[in-house]
Amino acid sequence: MDTQKPDHPGMNRRGLLKCMAWAGTGLVWTVSGGVPRGIALGEAFAASAADGFTFVQISDSHIGFNKEANPDTNATLQAAIDRIGKLPKPPAMVLHTGDVTHLSKPEEFDTAAQLLKGVKQDIHYVPGEHDVIGDDGKQFFERFAPKLKTGGWYSFDQGGVHFVGMVNVLTFETAKAGGFGAEQLEWLEKDLKGLTASTPVVVFTHVPMWPIYPQWGWATEDAPQALSYLKRFGSVTVLNGHIHQVVQKVEGNVTYQTAFSTAFPQPKAGEGPAPGPMKVPPDQLRSVLGIREIDIVPLKTAAVTDVTLA
Amino acid sequence: MRSFVARRALAAAAGVLLALGAAGAFAEQQATQQQPAAQQPAPQQVAATNEAEISIQSFQFVPAILTVKAGTAVTWINRDEEPHNVVSPDRVFRSKAIDGGEKFTTVFDKPGTYNYICAVHPHMRGKIVVE
Repeated sequence: MDTQKPDHPGMNRRGLLKCMAWAGTGLVWTVSGGVPRGIALGEAFAASAADGFTFVQISDSHIGFNKEANPDTNATLQAAIDRIGKLPKPPAMVLHTGDVTHLSKPEEFDTAAQLLKGVKQDIHYVPGEHDVIGDDGKQFFERFAPKLKTGGWYSFDQGGVHFVGMVNVLTFETAKAGGFGAEQLEWLEKDLKGLTASTPVVVFTHVPMWPIYPQWGWATEDAPQALSYLKRFGSVTVLNGHIHQVVQKVEGNVTYQTAFSTAFPQPKAGEGPAPGPMKVPPDQLRSVLGIREIDIVPLKTAAVTDVTLA
Repeated sequence: MRSFVARRALAAAAGVLLALGAAGAFAEQQATQQQPAAQQPAPQQVAATNEAEISIQSFQFVPAILTVKAGTAVTWINRDEEPHNVVSPDRVFRSKAIDGGEKFTTVFDKPGTYNYICAVHPHMRGKIVVE
């Protein structure tokens, strides 16, 4: 991002703080009674219910990126991993919502896999568009989801929550934004059919499912159809990455939560000519990166806490 | 020789006009990008040699529409820091990631119109017209 250099006239301290308020990296979510919340890595953790179910979301590690916005993305991913290891309440598992690598190169997948071995919990992945460049995600799925059938989407149940991992980065060649495609949507409808409406549902995917800024591809074209299958549930939480900042939106029973990156921030929607790495002073980088903790406490709203890496 | 060149240029220009006519939707998409008019790339360019170049800059293909003769080697040069790639929806050509400062070259042997996008940033669209 050339437009948001530290010396940019608009990028004074206040401007930076404003950006920081918007940005986030890894998130730790707490699902309480079906409603998650997020924690930033630099902040104090909110008290979470002792009997709740807690998991963590990290996103957009961009291993292989080494330009000015963050010359050492290995170190910041490692910081996120360390932060997960030190959470007062160990999470039950971890979600990675994509862009594990920057250029889909074999050595980037190698490095990422090696670093992520430092996470003790199971990690469930969905790919970002940076993970599927030039090979439709072949390397990504071989590495991070070898048992999945073609397509790469899946669901599982844990802690009383139904988790759905969805892939919305393989339609970019025909759509102008993210998309699920007919086959995946058909699968989703069947997958949700047997569930009672009181089951908390967490959907995790890479690109936002609501149109934050379609001009930059920050949208999923056929998300409305997916949401039509989800709306009967009392608590739906959509966790995604892609835009490298924390943005939340509530729409009826559906809460949308985009997460921090562990690598670099991006500008707010529409600020500047294009999305991309946003440079901040090096000593402030970790304030705009983070993880998310989600607590799910039965019969209460899920609590989401976004935690910066600072 | 001179008239040959002129004739060829005329033919190429006609081809571009046709391409633009067929690309109404494309032009609309470009218009939604909220770019100042001064920064819009020239919408067309006629390449007369066997090599042609497309610059990728500020998340745009410049020129967005390129007309070449069959057999031309087209090179994309990424001048952004952000990686891009180029892929035609029907997979006639597809690059790996093109990082900032890197290039990708492919040769267009068969006449036709080839739409393509950057699969990393699908709002980025371009077109090659091969005569």
